[in-house]
Amino acid sequence: MTDALAHDQTDDLAGFRRDARRWLEENCPPAMRTPSAGEADIVWGGRNAQFGSEDQKIWMERMAVRGWTVPTWPREYGGGGLSKAEGKALQQEMKALGCRNPLYSFGIHMLGPALLKYGNETQKKKYLPEIVRGEIRWCQGYSEPGAGSDLASLKTRAEDKGDHYLVNGQKVWTSYADKSDWIFCLVRTDFDAPKHNGISFLLIDMESPGVSTKPIKLISGRSPFCETFFDDVKVPKENLVGEAGRGWDIAKYLLTHEREMIGGMGFGLAAGTDAADFAKETVGADGDRVADPILRAEIAALEIDAAAFAATMERIRDEAKAGQGTGAASSMLKYYGTELNKRRQELLMRIAGADGLEWEGERSNDGAMPRSWLRSRANSIEGGTSEIQLNIIAKRILELPGQ
Amino acid sequence: MPLLLSEEQQLLQDATRGFLADKAPVSELRKLRDSADATGYSTELWGEMAEMGWAGILVPEEHGGLGFGAVGAGIVMEEMGRTLTASPMLSTAIVGASLIARGGSDAQKAEFLPKIAAGELTTALAVDEGPHHGPCRTSLAAEPSGNGFKLTGDKSFVVDGHVADRLAVAARTSGEAGETDGISLFLVDREADGVTVERTIMVDSRNAARINFNAVQVSGDDILGAIDAGFEVLDGALDLGRACLAAELTGVARESFERTVGYLKERQQFGTAIGAFQSLQHRAAHVYSEIELARSITLKALQAIDAGDPAAARLASTAKAKVGAVARLATNEAVQMYGGIGMTDEFDIGFFMKRARVADELYGDGRFHADRFAELSAY
Repeated sequence: MTDALAHDQTDDLAGFRRDARRWLEENCPPAMRTPSAGEADIVWGGRNAQFGSEDQKIWMERMAVRGWTVPTWPREYGGGGLSKAEGKALQQEMKALGCRNPLYSFGIHMLGPALLKYGNETQKKKYLPEIVRGEIRWCQGYSEPGAGSDLASLKTRAEDKGDHYLVNGQKVWTSYADKSDWIFCLVRTDFDAPKHNGISFLLIDMESPGVSTKPIKLISGRSPFCETFFDDVKVPKENLVGEAGRGWDIAKYLLTHEREMIGGMGFGLAAGTDAADFAKETVGADGDRVADPILRAEIAALEIDAAAFAATMERIRDEAKAGQGTGAASSMLKYYGTELNKRRQELLMRIAGADGLEWEGERSNDGAMPRSWLRSRANSIEGGTSEIQLNIIAKRILELPGQ
Repeated sequence: MPLLLSEEQQLLQDATRGFLADKAPVSELRKLRDSADATGYSTELWGEMAEMGWAGILVPEEHGGLGFGAVGAGIVMEEMGRTLTASPMLSTAIVGASLIARGGSDAQKAEFLPKIAAGELTTALAVDEGPHHGPCRTSLAAEPSGNGFKLTGDKSFVVDGHVADRLAVAARTSGEAGETDGISLFLVDREADGVTVERTIMVDSRNAARINFNAVQVSGDDILGAIDAGFEVLDGALDLGRACLAAELTGVARESFERTVGYLKERQQFGTAIGAFQSLQHRAAHVYSEIELARSITLKALQAIDAGDPAAARLASTAKAKVGAVARLATNEAVQMYGGIGMTDEFDIGFFMKRARVADELYGDGRFHADRFAELSAY
């Protein structure tokens, strides 16, 4: 009985896979089967969506109509309604054909999961389909100038004015706030409660009067982050997600999700530049060997750690699938993966030598290497610093006492 | 294959852990040391381990073993790392059995494997000749003589070499030290004429030997594998030993770390448990993360060996290099966090640091394996 059922499911899956492949072959424009040319060449959607080409637009829209921009969300919310196994099969087929991700979105990876778990039916019906179709671009309003690692000390105020909240305050490190349509935001609604209890999770239209943004220029010379200001912004009460004062639960849920995403992205396992091949170019090769023995040893040390880290991601994924695992593993993956990526970027800079120091011009692709190195410094700060991850490991896994 | 233990392997782990906690806790190693035991391990206990099937864990069922594979052997070794159990598990059940299973003739397999599985025969691998591991640098000479060879030269760091019934000797039959071609393997009776064994008690209170071979006559029947082509058999068995040592080192690291975390919760200074101090919390959390990596890469290497994966050699080196470093970190941090008491002989934690040092060196330290990793990665 069980066997027959398993067989049926396998048959169904094989059928799904065949159909998906055929559809992708027929519908994915050839230009969308090539790797994107970096950060400027990907689709984020939104009211002011920018498409680098007509093919990008066609590809996003075709995928969105089927709900395949978010394949495993329920159909009633615009998603693809696929099972996990089908979602994985689709992903594998896309990878096999070289299909690009049709839509990048904080809505898909961050707000969506929070709404599915904590949102009411009206909110799910309103916001999720817009995310699937790439119509609304979301950003995240968490950190404040006075609330970084100590996030729960945030001060942005949302006063209850009967039919609306009146929001005043400032957020910082808001990724792409200047390009986003809406922001999901942690605000304080109870000013007397202990700090974790007075926080609420609010959705705010960036076009509301009183919202303004200002890009922050980073040491890399780029501005992926903004400051976001709220000056007497009126927000309808229906934009509150979950209960007032329970926003911290949602924040924690999302932060775990974010850590898993960052850890699971395989930081430190960066595809792209192979350190050893690169070193053979810059310092020469002695037969097969990197000619500089010290550089060779440093590369081997890093790659040994990277291989052990890759095996750890594999083991933790397999444990999760088997219903084992600790849950707090995401902190360890985030900590180790980001530190590993920083080490790799440092090493690549050493391998590049003076060529890696050019900041402008075509030869250096506008200083792609030093800018990437500088950007990577933030890996161990954003999404919870390395020190915060170590705190979490010490407290939740090792159960060491608090001070 | 999922990077997890199967149900059968988990059962083996539970049984092993229970047996060792009962029969061979760290205090047994202390007893062997303090009584200057002539063998260096309990032969009685090895008999019981053989009854549990561990001596034949890698021996195929047709020769009276369990055929549990590298993952199974690694499970036993990890648990032995936790209890610092002295036994011929590595020298005989893992490296010896593997050399014979890989390189032996049908007659040799039929003669030796059942005895190994029964715990009736022990072996020791004589490969290194200097202070650093380097199997291809073998220079002990084997010169044709009669229907066999005469062996002349010195070996060192021969684990269990002072008591093993048979020595598996890597010798040079042609070529120069440094070449992989020209190495041949011989099985030599430890009591043969011309064999002089000096027992060397090591820092971890376990045993090795320096052995001199003075024109030791061996016959054609004593050759293991093909003349001049012994390196592949040797390196395959060594990789199994390396991955199993990584497993043992994982056990050493995990046990010393768990003991240390326990101590951090218990030891009071400045009116609080010292584990409340962030300087120690962060270091402990870092060691935890490193141990997670050690566990994963060890299992990955063991599984690759069982699967006959062409990447197995590189993974064995990855695991040996990584886990050696992790075990040294974990045990050094353990002694530091225990403070003064960690420096005392009366306290067990120092034993873990000593074992980590020896097991890290055995069959190649991090330097040897980083170099081999790079070479196998074509750089």
